[in-house]
Amino acid sequence: MADDSIRCDACPVLCYIKPGRTGSCDRYGNDNGQLVRLDPHVMLEQAQSRGESLVPFLGKSREWDGSLLTEAGTFVTAIGAGTTYPDYKPAPFIISSEVAGVDMVTVVTEGIFSYCGVKLKIDTDRHLGAECSTVRAQGDAVGHVTTSEYGSQMLSLGGVRHLTGGSRHEGTATCDTLLNLCNGKSVELEVENGAKVIVQAGKAPIVDRVQEERMRVGCGSATIGMFAKQWFGKVDEVVVVDDHITGVLSEHQAGKLLGVPETGIKMKGRRSTPGRYFKVAEPGTSWGGTNISDPLSILGPFNPAIARPGLRLLMVSTTGEQYAYFELDEALTPTEKDLPASLRESVARIKENCEPALCTVLFMGGAGGSLRAGVTENPVKLTHSVRDALTRVTCGGAPVYVWPGGGITIMVDVSRMPENAFGYVPTPALVAPIEFTLKLSDYETLGGYMDHVRPLSSIHRDDDGRRRVVSRADNPWPLASGKGSTQK
Amino acid sequence: MTARAQIRLLADNHRLHMNDGPIDLVLEAFGAPREIEAAYRAAANRFVAVLDELCSELEFLRQPTRVDGPLPQGPIARRMVAAVSPYASRTFITPMAAVAGAVAEEILAAMTNSAQLSRAYVNDGGDIALHLAPREKFVVGMIERPDRPSLHGTTTIDSLHPIRGIATSGWRGRSFSLGIADAVTVLADTAAMADAAATVIANAVDLPGHPHIERVPACELAPDTDLGERPVTKSVGVLSRDDIHYALSAGSRVANSLRVEGLIRSAALNLQGETYLADENNSVSPVAISSIGSVVHASN
Repeated sequence: MADDSIRCDACPVLCYIKPGRTGSCDRYGNDNGQLVRLDPHVMLEQAQSRGESLVPFLGKSREWDGSLLTEAGTFVTAIGAGTTYPDYKPAPFIISSEVAGVDMVTVVTEGIFSYCGVKLKIDTDRHLGAECSTVRAQGDAVGHVTTSEYGSQMLSLGGVRHLTGGSRHEGTATCDTLLNLCNGKSVELEVENGAKVIVQAGKAPIVDRVQEERMRVGCGSATIGMFAKQWFGKVDEVVVVDDHITGVLSEHQAGKLLGVPETGIKMKGRRSTPGRYFKVAEPGTSWGGTNISDPLSILGPFNPAIARPGLRLLMVSTTGEQYAYFELDEALTPTEKDLPASLRESVARIKENCEPALCTVLFMGGAGGSLRAGVTENPVKLTHSVRDALTRVTCGGAPVYVWPGGGITIMVDVSRMPENAFGYVPTPALVAPIEFTLKLSDYETLGGYMDHVRPLSSIHRDDDGRRRVVSRADNPWPLASGKGSTQK
Repeated sequence: MTARAQIRLLADNHRLHMNDGPIDLVLEAFGAPREIEAAYRAAANRFVAVLDELCSELEFLRQPTRVDGPLPQGPIARRMVAAVSPYASRTFITPMAAVAGAVAEEILAAMTNSAQLSRAYVNDGGDIALHLAPREKFVVGMIERPDRPSLHGTTTIDSLHPIRGIATSGWRGRSFSLGIADAVTVLADTAAMADAAATVIANAVDLPGHPHIERVPACELAPDTDLGERPVTKSVGVLSRDDIHYALSAGSRVANSLRVEGLIRSAALNLQGETYLADENNSVSPVAISSIGSVVHASN
């Protein structure tokens, strides 16, 4: 070839690849004459001081090589390491480094995860959709709504059924959604018969164009319990509106204990225990995760035998974002008045006690047989070694939770991983970095590819295309001795 | 150490997924459990040799096919040449135009030669080979828009129909296209025939010289492409209604002549939301119903 094309030898098609293009598999590319995975290979520098967050190190190798950092402070991640898809050769990098006098080996590969997905926690009280509802992206089913957790809605996205079990487009849309979420980009999701929500790891969710700000302080009943004392004497009745359990001060145990007298209030919905009501309204994106915009719509007429004109009523949502203050007129009809200064503080305090609402993204995937075969000739031994905590698993240097039970199924908080750590293959499947770190002697025992082990210094030498990043201070250093805190 | 190819059952425990380099297959067999197992084993055994076999003759397979030209060695390569030969005298075509369909056919043949199956299919990235024992049938999902697959209707292919191959081609796909069709789906007697025809028809859906169509020489994108310096479609802007119908009419004329010659049974041509159907009604008019998607569903 007369031009700058290069020949890829990852498979026997042996594509000629032009600069800036990829081969027929879409995964290997030509970057200025070098055959590369698209993302540069990422190395983590152990943060020198606490509080230092991830910073891309953009300088060229010779600006730092051998001068600033010692070997023990460098950890090679699997991001951009490439993989011998589908893992018929030993993993691309098997690196040895000495830590506290013990030879450690890190086997670095990029795993192709067909069995993978994202568990998404969206802090909101707004109703996103019924449990089991389909979640769509770009019009295709990419997951479903799962349980509600405290102040949050959980979505389960991806999984092998959406990736490879449906149509090609469904698989591509799913892969795209997972890739963007894992790489910290924002994604628009639409819940069937529910809300449109824009989510991004570490950012507040935007539900039907409204940016969520705070998580609720508790359910309506819990809020009554927490603030009853502050309301006592300043107001006669408080209703905390909540899609789950709406609380009523005068009937609630907390009100009874303080001696709050009956008010003759009549709630809609189904009474659970005194002062606690289910289903006062339909789920929605307004007051306390219900569909109401007028709080009085959940009240029946006051009981004339008990209620009296002038009775003071506060209605507030579980986040304090919505509130209204009423007094009963001569006909015992609630009439809205300005919120008295004495109550303003308690409403502000509800708001203050609500934490910022975030979206959090956990990547979940299983390291399959062939990936493990890139580490050792006897893959099940790697599983056992991980189980026995002799081998530490990390994703881009971030700690992972290893599920108990068979196989190596992991979960990792993507916000603890370096930027753009994920890639994809057109199968479609996600490519995620995964590193196995263990003692050199243990590696030999489990049938490792000893003749492929390279010292870290050899990586330093041919480091074109390597990107150095500072490791996150809140991540344990992958080569540190002792067992990972998040894996057993 | 594992073989290079990746072969595994999908999560439903029925379908087999096989991947090697750029080849990606999903297949399923129906019959007695013992027969299914034998079929899957045969498919896997055949599959592990496919990529090497094709690559050993890749240079030849990237050359334009000539009438009465030399034949390649490998059985898949021969299927490819057989499928594209009818087009050799009238247009530029290389055996690569039928590679996906030919691979699907070859794997299907390996399965049916070693097991008694009531039905089976091999789906090679949308190019599908079908097997039907007497009195069996497949229900094929019909989708209105290939980019928004929702099942719109179904068509039934039973053992009395000659159709055993389905293929889809278009400029949005992984392969280059000389035309502007979003998707051309073809039903034909074999998967390789369908694959070659879909390529030819998709190339014919075109508006030469239209300013909203961006084209680049194929070799500028991939130096070793079989298309050489031929301009391939890189992007298609929004087209007027008249332009869409003009382009689809051009493609439909080709599709109908291929249908009359028996090279295809029917075709659905899709461009920017409009669909033309070329079938036995000889229609070249827009149709309300859908194109035929590449999703094969088992019916019981």
